[in-house]
Amino acid sequence: MDELIVRALCAGLLLAAMLGPLGSFVVWRRMAYFGDTIAHSALLGVALSLLIGEALPMHVGIFLVAITVALLLARSTRDTRFNTDTMLGILAHGALAFGLVLVALNREAQVDVNAYLFGDILAINWADVWVLAGLAVAVALAIFIQWRALLMTTIDPAIAKVEGVNTARATMLLTLLLAAVIAVAIKLTGMLLITALLVIPAATARYFAKTPVQMALLASVLGMLSVGGGLFAALHVDVPTAPMMVVVVVALFLVSALLKRR
Amino acid sequence: MVQAAALLEARGVCKFHDGREVLHEVSLRIARREIVTIVGPNGAGKTTLLNCLLGLDTPDYGTVHRAPSTRIGYVPQHFNAQPSLPLTVISFLKLYGAVDDALVSELAVAHLLAQPLASLSGGELRRVLLLRALLNQPNLLVLDEPTSGVDVAGQGELYRLLKRLSVARDFAVLMVSHDLYVVMAGAERVICLNHHICCEGTPEAVGGDASFRAMFGDNLADQVALYHHHHTHTHGLGDEDYPHTHHHHEGCNHG
Repeated sequence: MDELIVRALCAGLLLAAMLGPLGSFVVWRRMAYFGDTIAHSALLGVALSLLIGEALPMHVGIFLVAITVALLLARSTRDTRFNTDTMLGILAHGALAFGLVLVALNREAQVDVNAYLFGDILAINWADVWVLAGLAVAVALAIFIQWRALLMTTIDPAIAKVEGVNTARATMLLTLLLAAVIAVAIKLTGMLLITALLVIPAATARYFAKTPVQMALLASVLGMLSVGGGLFAALHVDVPTAPMMVVVVVALFLVSALLKRR
Repeated sequence: MVQAAALLEARGVCKFHDGREVLHEVSLRIARREIVTIVGPNGAGKTTLLNCLLGLDTPDYGTVHRAPSTRIGYVPQHFNAQPSLPLTVISFLKLYGAVDDALVSELAVAHLLAQPLASLSGGELRRVLLLRALLNQPNLLVLDEPTSGVDVAGQGELYRLLKRLSVARDFAVLMVSHDLYVVMAGAERVICLNHHICCEGTPEAVGGDASFRAMFGDNLADQVALYHHHHTHTHGLGDEDYPHTHHHHEGCNHG
Protein backbone atom coordinates (compact mmCIF):
# COMPACT_ATOMS: atom_id res chain seq x y z
CA MET A 1 0.00 0.00 0.00
CA ASP A 2 1.11 3.53 -0.75
CA GLU A 3 2.60 5.30 2.27
CA LEU A 4 0.26 8.20 1.54
CA ILE A 5 -2.72 5.92 2.08
CA VAL A 6 -1.28 4.22 5.17
CA ARG A 7 -0.70 7.65 6.71
CA ALA A 8 -4.20 8.79 5.87
CA LEU A 9 -5.68 5.57 7.24
CA CYS A 10 -3.72 5.84 10.52
CA ALA A 11 -4.81 9.44 10.98
CA GLY A 12 -8.45 8.74 10.12
CA LEU A 13 -8.71 5.73 12.42
CA LEU A 14 -7.12 7.62 15.33
CA LEU A 15 -9.52 10.52 14.81
CA ALA A 16 -12.58 8.28 14.57
CA ALA A 17 -11.56 6.41 17.73
CA MET A 18 -11.44 9.70 19.69
CA LEU A 19 -14.68 10.97 18.23
CA GLY A 20 -16.61 7.90 19.51
CA PRO A 21 -16.77 8.72 23.23
CA LEU A 22 -16.66 12.50 22.65
CA GLY A 23 -19.51 12.24 20.14
CA SER A 24 -21.52 10.15 22.60
CA PHE A 25 -21.26 12.91 25.20
CA VAL A 26 -22.19 15.45 22.51
CA VAL A 27 -25.32 13.42 21.71
CA TRP A 28 -26.25 12.85 25.38
CA ARG A 29 -25.73 16.50 26.30
CA ARG A 30 -27.33 17.86 23.12
CA MET A 31 -24.17 19.71 22.20
CA ALA A 32 -24.16 19.03 18.44
CA TYR A 33 -24.44 22.70 17.57
CA PHE A 34 -21.80 23.49 20.16
CA GLY A 35 -19.34 21.27 18.27
CA ASP A 36 -20.43 22.81 15.01
CA THR A 37 -19.80 26.33 16.35
CA ILE A 38 -16.30 25.39 17.48
CA ALA A 39 -15.63 23.91 14.02
CA HIS A 40 -16.86 27.07 12.28
CA SER A 41 -14.40 29.16 14.27
CA ALA A 42 -11.48 27.11 12.90
CA LEU A 43 -10.94 29.31 9.86
CA LEU A 44 -10.40 32.29 12.16
CA GLY A 45 -7.65 30.27 13.85
CA VAL A 46 -6.13 29.50 10.45
CA ALA A 47 -6.23 33.19 9.48
CA LEU A 48 -4.59 34.30 12.74
CA SER A 49 -1.92 31.64 12.40
CA LEU A 50 -1.11 32.84 8.85
CA LEU A 51 -0.95 36.47 10.03
CA ILE A 52 1.29 35.80 12.99
CA GLY A 53 3.49 33.29 11.22
CA GLU A 54 5.61 30.54 12.70
CA ALA A 55 5.15 31.69 16.27
CA LEU A 56 1.60 30.40 16.09
CA PRO A 57 1.38 26.92 14.49
CA MET A 58 -1.91 26.19 12.79
CA HIS A 59 -3.07 23.50 15.29
CA VAL A 60 -2.41 25.89 18.14
CA GLY A 61 -4.13 28.83 16.43
CA ILE A 62 -7.24 26.78 15.73
CA PHE A 63 -7.22 25.37 19.27
CA LEU A 64 -6.90 28.80 20.92
CA VAL A 65 -9.71 30.29 18.84
CA ALA A 66 -11.87 27.21 19.49
CA ILE A 67 -11.33 27.51 23.24
CA THR A 68 -12.07 31.24 23.18
CA VAL A 69 -15.30 30.63 21.27
CA ALA A 70 -16.26 27.81 23.65
CA LEU A 71 -15.69 30.02 26.70
CA LEU A 72 -17.58 32.93 25.14
CA LEU A 73 -20.41 30.54 24.47
CA ALA A 74 -20.44 29.25 28.05
CA ARG A 75 -20.52 32.86 29.26
CA SER A 76 -23.17 34.02 26.82
CA THR A 77 -25.68 31.46 28.12
CA ARG A 78 -25.89 33.65 31.24
CA ASP A 79 -27.67 36.28 29.14
CA THR A 80 -31.14 34.85 29.53
CA ARG A 81 -32.62 37.19 26.91
CA PHE A 82 -31.46 34.82 24.18
CA ASN A 83 -31.60 31.08 23.87
CA THR A 84 -28.36 29.19 23.35
CA ASP A 85 -29.19 28.51 19.69
CA THR A 86 -29.25 32.24 18.94
CA MET A 87 -25.84 32.69 20.58
CA LEU A 88 -24.50 29.68 18.66
CA GLY A 89 -25.69 31.20 15.39
CA ILE A 90 -24.03 34.53 16.17
CA LEU A 91 -20.73 33.00 17.25
CA ALA A 92 -20.48 30.29 14.58
CA HIS A 93 -21.16 32.47 11.59
CA GLY A 94 -19.51 35.53 13.09
CA ALA A 95 -16.28 33.58 13.59
CA LEU A 96 -16.51 32.04 10.10
CA ALA A 97 -17.07 35.44 8.47
CA PHE A 98 -14.20 37.03 10.40
CA GLY A 99 -11.99 34.14 9.35
CA LEU A 100 -12.92 34.44 5.66
CA VAL A 101 -12.35 38.22 5.67
CA LEU A 102 -9.00 37.91 7.45
CA VAL A 103 -7.82 35.21 5.06
CA ALA A 104 -8.84 37.34 2.06
CA LEU A 105 -7.11 40.45 3.47
CA ASN A 106 -3.86 38.56 3.82
CA ARG A 107 -2.62 39.06 0.24
CA GLU A 108 0.78 37.47 0.81
CA ALA A 109 -0.46 34.04 1.72
CA GLN A 110 -2.27 32.20 -1.02
CA VAL A 111 -4.79 30.19 0.94
CA ASP A 112 -7.02 27.52 -0.51
CA VAL A 113 -10.08 27.99 1.68
CA ASN A 114 -11.53 24.73 0.38
CA ALA A 115 -8.77 22.81 2.14
CA TYR A 116 -10.12 24.04 5.46
CA LEU A 117 -13.79 23.76 4.59
CA PHE A 118 -13.55 20.16 3.39
CA GLY A 119 -10.11 19.03 4.52
CA ASP A 120 -7.76 16.64 2.76
CA ILE A 121 -6.73 13.57 4.66
CA LEU A 122 -4.23 12.65 1.91
CA ALA A 123 -2.31 15.89 2.46
CA ILE A 124 -1.26 15.17 6.04
CA ASN A 125 2.24 14.19 7.18
CA TRP A 126 3.60 11.83 9.84
CA ALA A 127 3.91 14.69 12.33
CA ASP A 128 0.15 15.16 12.11
CA VAL A 129 -0.34 11.45 12.77
CA TRP A 130 1.82 11.68 15.91
CA VAL A 131 -0.15 14.67 17.14
CA LEU A 132 -3.34 12.65 16.63
CA ALA A 133 -1.88 9.64 18.44
CA GLY A 134 -0.80 11.76 21.40
CA LEU A 135 -4.20 13.40 21.58
CA ALA A 136 -5.95 10.02 21.34
CA VAL A 137 -4.04 8.80 24.39
CA ALA A 138 -4.87 12.01 26.27
CA VAL A 139 -8.57 11.80 25.37
CA ALA A 140 -8.80 8.13 26.37
CA LEU A 141 -7.04 8.75 29.70
CA ALA A 142 -9.04 11.86 30.56
CA ILE A 143 -12.39 10.22 29.79
CA PHE A 144 -11.42 7.02 31.62
CA ILE A 145 -10.33 8.89 34.77
CA GLN A 146 -13.24 11.33 34.79
CA TRP A 147 -15.88 8.88 33.48
CA ARG A 148 -18.10 8.86 36.57
CA ALA A 149 -17.98 12.66 37.02
CA LEU A 150 -18.67 13.20 33.31
CA LEU A 151 -21.58 10.77 33.29
CA MET A 152 -23.12 12.14 36.51
CA THR A 153 -22.80 15.69 35.19
CA THR A 154 -24.49 14.57 31.97
CA ILE A 155 -27.36 12.77 33.73
CA ASP A 156 -28.23 15.59 36.13
CA PRO A 157 -25.79 18.41 36.89
CA ALA A 158 -27.73 19.62 39.94
CA ILE A 159 -27.73 16.22 41.68
CA ALA A 160 -24.07 15.73 40.79
CA LYS A 161 -23.09 19.14 42.18
CA VAL A 162 -25.09 18.81 45.41
CA GLU A 163 -23.51 15.44 46.05
CA GLY A 164 -19.95 16.69 45.63
CA VAL A 165 -19.02 16.24 41.95
CA ASN A 166 -16.98 19.06 40.44
CA THR A 167 -19.39 19.61 37.54
CA ALA A 168 -17.66 22.77 36.33
CA ARG A 169 -14.41 20.85 35.94
CA ALA A 170 -16.14 17.97 34.12
CA THR A 171 -17.82 20.37 31.70
CA MET A 172 -14.59 22.29 31.13
CA LEU A 173 -12.72 19.04 30.45
CA LEU A 174 -15.25 18.03 27.83
CA THR A 175 -15.06 21.48 26.21
CA LEU A 176 -11.24 21.40 26.11
CA LEU A 177 -11.16 17.91 24.63
CA LEU A 178 -13.72 18.84 21.98
CA ALA A 179 -11.82 22.00 21.03
CA ALA A 180 -8.52 20.09 20.82
CA VAL A 181 -9.94 17.23 18.73
CA ILE A 182 -11.75 19.60 16.38
CA ALA A 183 -8.56 21.65 15.98
CA VAL A 184 -6.57 18.63 14.78
CA ALA A 185 -9.48 17.25 12.74
CA ILE A 186 -9.85 20.33 10.49
CA LYS A 187 -6.93 19.29 8.29
CA LEU A 188 -8.45 15.81 7.85
CA THR A 189 -12.15 16.39 7.38
CA GLY A 190 -12.63 20.14 7.17
CA MET A 191 -14.81 22.31 9.36
CA LEU A 192 -18.07 21.63 7.55
CA LEU A 193 -18.11 17.86 8.00
CA ILE A 194 -16.44 17.26 11.37
CA THR A 195 -19.77 17.49 13.23
CA ALA A 196 -21.10 14.64 11.09
CA LEU A 197 -18.27 12.35 12.18
CA LEU A 198 -18.79 13.46 15.77
CA VAL A 199 -22.54 12.94 16.00
CA ILE A 200 -23.58 10.27 13.48
CA PRO A 201 -21.46 7.30 14.72
CA ALA A 202 -22.70 7.96 18.28
CA ALA A 203 -26.30 8.24 17.10
CA THR A 204 -25.92 4.98 15.15
CA ALA A 205 -24.38 3.26 18.18
CA ARG A 206 -27.41 4.28 20.25
CA TYR A 207 -29.54 1.81 18.30
CA PHE A 208 -27.50 -1.16 19.53
CA ALA A 209 -25.92 -0.10 22.85
CA LYS A 210 -27.34 -1.21 26.20
CA THR A 211 -24.98 0.86 28.37
CA PRO A 212 -23.16 4.21 28.04
CA VAL A 213 -19.78 2.42 27.78
CA GLN A 214 -21.06 0.20 24.97
CA MET A 215 -22.35 3.25 23.12
CA ALA A 216 -19.05 5.13 23.41
CA LEU A 217 -16.98 2.12 22.24
CA LEU A 218 -19.37 1.13 19.46
CA ALA A 219 -19.37 4.73 18.22
CA SER A 220 -15.59 4.50 17.89
CA VAL A 221 -15.84 1.23 15.95
CA LEU A 222 -18.55 2.54 13.63
CA GLY A 223 -16.59 5.76 13.08
CA MET A 224 -13.44 3.80 12.25
CA LEU A 225 -15.36 1.61 9.79
CA SER A 226 -16.81 4.69 8.10
CA VAL A 227 -13.49 6.51 7.89
CA GLY A 228 -11.70 3.44 6.54
CA GLY A 229 -14.51 2.49 4.17
CA GLY A 230 -14.97 6.08 3.03
CA LEU A 231 -11.25 6.53 2.37
CA PHE A 232 -11.00 3.48 0.11
CA ALA A 233 -14.30 4.22 -1.63
CA ALA A 234 -13.14 7.79 -2.29
CA LEU A 235 -9.83 6.58 -3.76
CA HIS A 236 -11.64 3.96 -5.83
CA VAL A 237 -14.10 6.32 -7.50
CA ASP A 238 -11.81 9.38 -7.22
CA VAL A 239 -13.93 11.76 -5.15
CA PRO A 240 -12.96 13.91 -2.11
CA THR A 241 -12.33 11.78 1.00
CA ALA A 242 -14.19 13.63 3.75
CA PRO A 243 -17.59 13.77 2.01
CA MET A 244 -17.26 10.09 1.12
CA MET A 245 -16.59 9.20 4.79
CA VAL A 246 -19.72 11.08 5.77
CA VAL A 247 -21.70 9.31 3.03
CA VAL A 248 -20.61 5.96 4.49
CA VAL A 249 -21.47 6.95 8.08
CA VAL A 250 -24.89 8.26 7.03
CA ALA A 251 -25.50 4.98 5.16
CA LEU A 252 -24.63 3.04 8.33
CA PHE A 253 -27.03 5.21 10.29
CA LEU A 254 -29.87 4.71 7.80
CA VAL A 255 -29.42 0.92 7.76
CA SER A 256 -29.43 0.86 11.59
CA ALA A 257 -32.49 3.07 11.76
CA LEU A 258 -34.30 0.72 9.36
CA LEU A 259 -33.23 -2.39 11.30
CA LYS A 260 -34.27 -0.91 14.65
CA ARG A 261 -37.35 1.05 13.59
CA ARG A 262 -40.43 0.89 15.74
CA MET B 1 -21.54 30.11 65.55
CA VAL B 2 -23.24 26.97 64.37
CA GLN B 3 -24.60 24.85 67.13
CA ALA B 4 -23.33 21.31 67.19
CA ALA B 5 -26.59 19.73 66.06
CA ALA B 6 -27.22 21.95 63.01
CA LEU B 7 -26.83 20.24 59.65
CA LEU B 8 -27.45 23.39 57.71
CA GLU B 9 -27.76 27.02 58.68
CA ALA B 10 -28.62 30.12 56.66
CA ARG B 11 -28.14 33.63 58.02
CA GLY B 12 -29.57 36.77 56.48
CA VAL B 13 -29.72 35.34 52.97
CA CYS B 14 -30.70 37.90 50.31
CA LYS B 15 -30.92 37.14 46.61
CA PHE B 16 -31.73 39.44 43.71
CA HIS B 17 -32.92 38.49 40.23
CA ASP B 18 -32.90 41.31 37.67
CA GLY B 19 -32.97 43.90 40.44
CA ARG B 20 -35.92 42.29 42.22
CA GLU B 21 -35.31 40.99 45.70
CA VAL B 22 -36.39 37.36 45.60
CA LEU B 23 -35.12 36.50 49.06
CA HIS B 24 -34.98 39.02 51.90
CA GLU B 25 -33.02 38.29 55.08
CA VAL B 26 -33.84 34.60 55.26
CA SER B 27 -32.38 32.80 58.25
CA LEU B 28 -33.07 29.21 59.18
CA ARG B 29 -31.37 26.17 60.60
CA ILE B 30 -32.01 22.48 60.16
CA ALA B 31 -31.15 20.18 63.05
CA ARG B 32 -30.58 16.45 62.92
CA ARG B 33 -33.63 14.22 62.36
CA GLU B 34 -35.96 17.21 61.88
CA ILE B 35 -38.70 17.25 59.26
CA VAL B 36 -39.00 20.79 57.92
CA THR B 37 -41.29 21.98 55.16
CA ILE B 38 -40.91 25.30 53.40
CA VAL B 39 -44.29 26.40 52.04
CA GLY B 40 -45.27 29.47 50.09
CA PRO B 41 -47.19 30.55 47.02
CA ASN B 42 -45.79 30.16 43.51
CA GLY B 43 -42.99 32.66 42.88
CA ALA B 44 -42.26 33.12 46.58
CA GLY B 45 -38.58 32.24 46.13
CA LYS B 46 -38.77 28.69 47.48
CA THR B 47 -36.63 27.07 44.82
CA THR B 48 -34.15 29.98 44.91
CA LEU B 49 -33.81 29.49 48.67
CA LEU B 50 -33.33 25.76 48.25
CA ASN B 51 -30.67 26.32 45.57
CA CYS B 52 -28.82 28.69 47.91
CA LEU B 53 -29.03 26.17 50.76
CA LEU B 54 -27.72 23.40 48.48
CA GLY B 55 -24.86 25.46 47.06
CA LEU B 56 -26.32 25.43 43.54
CA ASP B 57 -26.72 29.20 43.77
CA THR B 58 -24.86 31.78 45.84
CA PRO B 59 -26.65 34.35 48.01
CA ASP B 60 -25.98 38.01 47.19
CA TYR B 61 -25.85 38.76 50.91
CA GLY B 62 -25.75 36.50 53.93
CA THR B 63 -24.18 33.11 54.48
CA VAL B 64 -25.09 29.47 54.19
CA HIS B 65 -23.19 27.04 56.35
CA ARG B 66 -23.27 23.29 55.85
CA ALA B 67 -21.66 21.24 58.61
CA PRO B 68 -18.68 19.18 57.37
CA SER B 69 -20.51 16.03 58.42
CA THR B 70 -23.62 16.93 56.42
CA ARG B 71 -24.31 14.43 53.66
CA ILE B 72 -27.12 15.60 51.43
CA GLY B 73 -29.37 13.37 49.35
CA TYR B 74 -31.18 15.52 46.79
CA VAL B 75 -34.40 14.83 44.92
CA PRO B 76 -34.89 17.58 42.32
CA GLN B 77 -38.29 18.78 41.16
CA HIS B 78 -37.53 18.12 37.50
CA PHE B 79 -35.50 15.26 36.13
CA ASN B 80 -35.28 14.50 32.44
CA ALA B 81 -33.93 11.07 31.62
CA GLN B 82 -32.21 11.49 28.26
CA PRO B 83 -33.56 8.87 25.85
CA SER B 84 -30.29 9.18 23.92
CA LEU B 85 -28.42 7.75 26.93
CA PRO B 86 -28.83 3.96 27.15
CA LEU B 87 -29.13 3.46 30.90
CA THR B 88 -31.11 0.95 32.94
CA VAL B 89 -32.46 1.88 36.37
CA ILE B 90 -29.97 -0.42 38.09
CA SER B 91 -26.92 0.99 36.30
CA PHE B 92 -28.20 4.51 36.98
CA LEU B 93 -28.44 3.71 40.69
CA LYS B 94 -25.05 1.96 40.84
CA LEU B 95 -23.40 5.08 39.50
CA TYR B 96 -24.23 6.83 42.80
CA GLY B 97 -23.65 4.07 45.33
CA ALA B 98 -24.15 0.44 46.31
CA VAL B 99 -27.81 -0.48 45.83
CA ASP B 100 -29.47 -1.40 49.12
CA ASP B 101 -31.93 -4.32 48.80
CA ALA B 102 -33.93 -3.16 51.81
CA LEU B 103 -34.55 0.21 50.16
CA VAL B 104 -35.44 -1.47 46.86
CA SER B 105 -38.23 -3.42 48.55
CA GLU B 106 -39.31 -0.51 50.76
CA LEU B 107 -39.79 1.69 47.70
CA ALA B 108 -41.21 -1.15 45.59
CA VAL B 109 -38.89 -0.65 42.62
CA ALA B 110 -37.53 -4.22 42.25
CA HIS B 111 -39.54 -4.80 39.05
CA LEU B 112 -38.15 -1.57 37.51
CA LEU B 113 -34.43 -2.26 37.94
CA ALA B 114 -33.82 -3.81 34.52
CA GLN B 115 -35.88 -1.22 32.65
CA PRO B 116 -34.42 1.76 30.76
CA LEU B 117 -34.48 4.85 32.97
CA ALA B 118 -36.11 6.90 30.21
CA SER B 119 -39.10 4.51 30.04
CA LEU B 120 -40.36 5.07 33.60
CA SER B 121 -43.65 6.78 34.40
CA GLY B 122 -43.69 9.90 36.57
CA GLY B 123 -44.53 8.03 39.78
CA GLU B 124 -41.98 5.28 39.11
CA LEU B 125 -39.27 7.83 38.37
CA ARG B 126 -40.08 9.64 41.63
CA ARG B 127 -39.54 6.45 43.66
CA VAL B 128 -36.30 5.67 41.82
CA LEU B 129 -35.01 9.21 42.44
CA LEU B 130 -35.91 8.96 46.13
CA LEU B 131 -34.07 5.64 46.35
CA ARG B 132 -31.09 7.18 44.56
CA ALA B 133 -30.95 10.05 47.03
CA LEU B 134 -30.87 7.58 49.95
CA LEU B 135 -28.03 5.40 48.61
CA ASN B 136 -25.16 7.25 50.29
CA GLN B 137 -26.71 7.25 53.77
CA PRO B 138 -27.50 10.97 53.78
CA ASN B 139 -28.23 12.68 57.07
CA LEU B 140 -30.23 15.35 55.24
CA LEU B 141 -32.72 14.48 52.53
CA VAL B 142 -33.77 17.48 50.43
CA LEU B 143 -36.86 17.29 48.22
CA ASP B 144 -38.05 20.03 45.86
CA GLU B 145 -41.83 19.89 45.33
CA PRO B 146 -42.06 16.14 45.95
CA THR B 147 -45.84 16.14 45.63
CA SER B 148 -46.19 17.81 42.22
CA GLY B 149 -48.20 15.47 40.02
CA VAL B 150 -49.00 13.13 42.91
CA ASP B 151 -52.66 12.74 43.91
CA VAL B 152 -53.78 13.38 47.48
CA ALA B 153 -53.74 9.70 48.44
CA GLY B 154 -50.23 9.36 47.02
CA GLN B 155 -49.11 12.46 48.91
CA GLY B 156 -50.23 10.99 52.24
CA GLU B 157 -48.39 7.80 51.43
CA LEU B 158 -45.26 9.72 50.48
CA TYR B 159 -45.19 11.60 53.78
CA ARG B 160 -45.76 8.47 55.83
CA LEU B 161 -42.92 6.81 53.92
CA LEU B 162 -40.57 9.77 54.47
CA LYS B 163 -41.41 9.85 58.15
CA ARG B 164 -40.78 6.11 58.55
CA LEU B 165 -37.51 6.21 56.61
CA SER B 166 -36.34 9.31 58.44
CA VAL B 167 -36.75 7.56 61.80
CA ALA B 168 -35.35 4.21 60.64
CA ARG B 169 -32.38 5.66 58.78
CA ASP B 170 -31.73 8.62 60.99
CA PHE B 171 -31.91 11.53 58.54
CA ALA B 172 -33.48 14.98 58.56
CA VAL B 173 -35.89 16.01 55.81
CA LEU B 174 -36.08 19.43 54.20
CA MET B 175 -38.76 19.85 51.59
CA VAL B 176 -40.26 22.62 49.61
CA SER B 177 -43.85 22.71 48.50
CA HIS B 178 -46.61 24.99 47.33
CA ASP B 179 -49.06 22.30 48.36
CA LEU B 180 -50.59 22.95 51.74
CA TYR B 181 -52.97 20.12 52.41
CA VAL B 182 -50.99 17.04 53.22
CA VAL B 183 -47.66 18.84 53.59
CA MET B 184 -48.79 20.03 56.96
CA ALA B 185 -49.65 16.53 58.07
CA GLY B 186 -46.10 15.24 57.74
CA ALA B 187 -44.19 18.30 58.86
CA GLU B 188 -42.93 18.88 62.35
CA ARG B 189 -41.93 22.42 61.53
CA VAL B 190 -43.29 24.63 58.80
CA ILE B 191 -41.50 27.65 57.40
CA CYS B 192 -43.78 29.94 55.49
CA LEU B 193 -41.89 31.85 52.81
CA ASN B 194 -43.02 34.74 50.69
CA HIS B 195 -39.66 36.36 49.76
CA HIS B 196 -39.04 36.63 53.50
CA ILE B 197 -40.00 34.23 56.28
CA CYS B 198 -43.54 35.23 57.26
CA CYS B 199 -43.94 32.79 60.06
CA GLU B 200 -42.48 29.57 61.33
CA GLY B 201 -43.49 26.86 63.74
CA THR B 202 -45.65 23.79 64.15
CA PRO B 203 -48.42 23.35 61.58
CA GLU B 204 -51.02 24.32 64.22
CA ALA B 205 -49.20 27.51 65.14
CA VAL B 206 -48.56 28.49 61.53
CA GLY B 207 -52.15 27.74 60.53
CA GLY B 208 -53.32 30.29 63.10
CA ASP B 209 -50.78 32.95 62.20
CA ALA B 210 -52.18 36.19 60.80
CA SER B 211 -49.60 36.54 58.01
CA PHE B 212 -50.16 32.95 56.98
CA ARG B 213 -53.93 33.49 56.91
CA ALA B 214 -53.42 36.65 54.86
CA MET B 215 -51.32 34.80 52.33
CA PHE B 216 -53.30 31.65 51.86
CA GLY B 217 -56.76 32.80 52.96
CA ASP B 218 -58.72 31.83 56.05
CA ASN B 219 -60.15 28.72 54.49
CA LEU B 220 -56.88 27.12 53.59
CA ALA B 221 -55.36 28.12 56.91
CA ASP B 222 -58.29 26.53 58.67
CA GLN B 223 -57.82 23.33 56.79
CA VAL B 224 -54.21 23.27 57.82
CA ALA B 225 -55.15 23.71 61.44
CA LEU B 226 -58.07 21.30 61.05
CA TYR B 227 -55.90 18.63 59.66
CA HIS B 228 -54.08 18.55 62.92
CA HIS B 229 -56.75 19.41 65.44
CA HIS B 230 -59.46 17.25 63.97
CA HIS B 231 -62.13 19.53 65.30
CA THR B 232 -64.15 22.11 63.46
CA HIS B 233 -63.68 25.82 63.57
CA THR B 234 -66.46 28.21 62.87
CA HIS B 235 -64.34 30.31 60.51
CA GLY B 236 -65.49 30.52 56.95
CA LEU B 237 -68.19 27.90 57.17
CA GLY B 238 -70.42 29.88 54.87
CA ASP B 239 -67.62 30.63 52.47
CA GLU B 240 -67.87 28.67 49.24
CA ASP B 241 -64.24 28.93 48.16
CA TYR B 242 -63.30 25.42 49.19
CA PRO B 243 -66.65 23.88 50.07
CA HIS B 244 -65.74 20.34 49.13
CA THR B 245 -62.65 20.06 51.28
CA HIS B 246 -64.39 21.73 54.12
CA HIS B 247 -67.20 19.22 54.08
CA HIS B 248 -64.67 16.46 53.91
CA HIS B 249 -63.18 17.60 57.18
CA GLU B 250 -66.50 18.01 58.86
CA GLY B 251 -67.37 14.52 57.74
CA CYS B 252 -64.22 13.18 59.25
CA ASN B 253 -64.95 14.75 62.54
CA HIS B 254 -68.52 13.77 62.88
CA GLY B 255 -68.50 10.48 61.09
